[in-house]
Amino acid sequence: MTSPSRLLGACAAPAVAFFAAFWLLPVVRLFALPADKGWATYFAVLTNSRYLQSLLNTLGISLAVTLVTLVLGALVGITLARLRFTGKPLLLSLLTLPLSFPGVIIGFFIILLGGRQGLVADLTEWLGMGRTTFAYGLMGLFLGYLYFSLPRAIATYTAAASAIDAQLEEAARSLGASRWQVAKDVWIPELAQTTLACGAIVFATSMGAFGTAFTLASKFEVLPITIYNEFTNYANFALAASLSITLGIITWLSLFLARRAAGPAAAGA
Amino acid sequence: MAHPRQLSLLLPALTALVSVFMLAPIALSVLAGLVNNYSVGLASGLTLRWLGEVLDVYGSTITSSLVLALLCVVGSLLLGVPCAYALARSQSRWARLFEELLTLPIAVPGLATALALILAYGQIREFRQSFAFILVGHLVFTLPFMVRTVGAAFRRRELLALEEAARSLGASFSQRFLGVLVPAVLPAIVAGSLMVFTLSVGEFNLTWMLHTPLTRTLPVGLADSYASMRIEIGSAYTLVFLLVILPVLWGLQWLGHLIEKHHGT
Repeated sequence: MTSPSRLLGACAAPAVAFFAAFWLLPVVRLFALPADKGWATYFAVLTNSRYLQSLLNTLGISLAVTLVTLVLGALVGITLARLRFTGKPLLLSLLTLPLSFPGVIIGFFIILLGGRQGLVADLTEWLGMGRTTFAYGLMGLFLGYLYFSLPRAIATYTAAASAIDAQLEEAARSLGASRWQVAKDVWIPELAQTTLACGAIVFATSMGAFGTAFTLASKFEVLPITIYNEFTNYANFALAASLSITLGIITWLSLFLARRAAGPAAAGA
Repeated sequence: MAHPRQLSLLLPALTALVSVFMLAPIALSVLAGLVNNYSVGLASGLTLRWLGEVLDVYGSTITSSLVLALLCVVGSLLLGVPCAYALARSQSRWARLFEELLTLPIAVPGLATALALILAYGQIREFRQSFAFILVGHLVFTLPFMVRTVGAAFRRRELLALEEAARSLGASFSQRFLGVLVPAVLPAIVAGSLMVFTLSVGEFNLTWMLHTPLTRTLPVGLADSYASMRIEIGSAYTLVFLLVILPVLWGLQWLGHLIEKHHGT
């Protein structure tokens, strides 16, 4: 009879072999590649002003999107958790639908809203203000990122707020707590973990988002687009590798730190 | 201080506004794919012409994506289910390390994974130019989802007792695994499969780097149509994507309710 641990090893072996061959090994090579062009290549993102600008753009838009997403997501989630109306399950499932959309579709949505033939252009023209477009600049990119971030935040906060004991709030109220006190003492502590976990995912997703910016061909350059251009248009593999390493470390680190801070309860991100 | 009544109207109003922002583009794109002329609007009449054109030009991307997603499900089942079992039962430090490593392709942007794959295997021409190259990328990305979903089911306490009972009755490992354990975690396996399917069908960040002109998936075709076709065709194509993905998502939701009812929470 084979020993249990050998049996478990045999069960895991195919996945381990596959993962080692098609992720670990390639990523190790990716890490080694910039060294061919000298050690300075690893720090290109800091020493080259164009790459630095792209990194700062990406960090800035991701932070802004994360903040707005968390505030809107929390308010909408809490409202949806407490309101009762017909069609609520349908609305919730429609609101989470975009989680499965590729980024390119979201870019297209922003074009439908704010592009040259967009809805907003029609509206502003009708109002006599000329055709307004916002799809191809910072505003379009921001709204696109917000669009793919909100579903996750709304779903997470609705679930978390539904789970909060309504009696806790009742008790606080009956003891004469004001609305703000209830928010401060009941809601915020209960939702802090959700906020941390959800915020890290939204931030990491925004940092690495490619499809939306690609469709919008935005004038506001973000790091994934810079990497793509270096790789495809300039065949500068070492630099593309260096920038991807930087990006990967940032997204991994933000998720890792959030998980550390939130403890095992929030591990199911 | 804000009046309570004002506040209690403000939140539903905000919720409605956010809902419009989320849903209007979907409605707009469905409509745009079905009208004769987008700039004229509904007055130009409804048509299935654009859907027909999408099937003519991009029909192959739909079948490629469906076949790819099915293969991805099969692959992640074969690799992931035994692995999830091993990780759920093993106490070793290596198991925890591998579990941690396995989630990295989710934490790291798809672009980086795709670059790494191209740099490592791009020279092998037959592989690079086949759908297998994209499949490998999708598998790396979806495997953690399957392992996590099924692994959580394997860890349930009543399952440990069930396995022990089967063992004491003299069932061999394969009898226990296929006859007892797999049926017991079947809902998680189905949920994981549906999840892998939707992830694979919608994957763009990796796929755009890995595809070639002859290996195009639905999202790759979408990006192409948005860049080069009229807005009605892009919209009709988006509608096709919705038609592919919606039934799977509803299945996933229905299954979620079913599991909740059976196992309680």
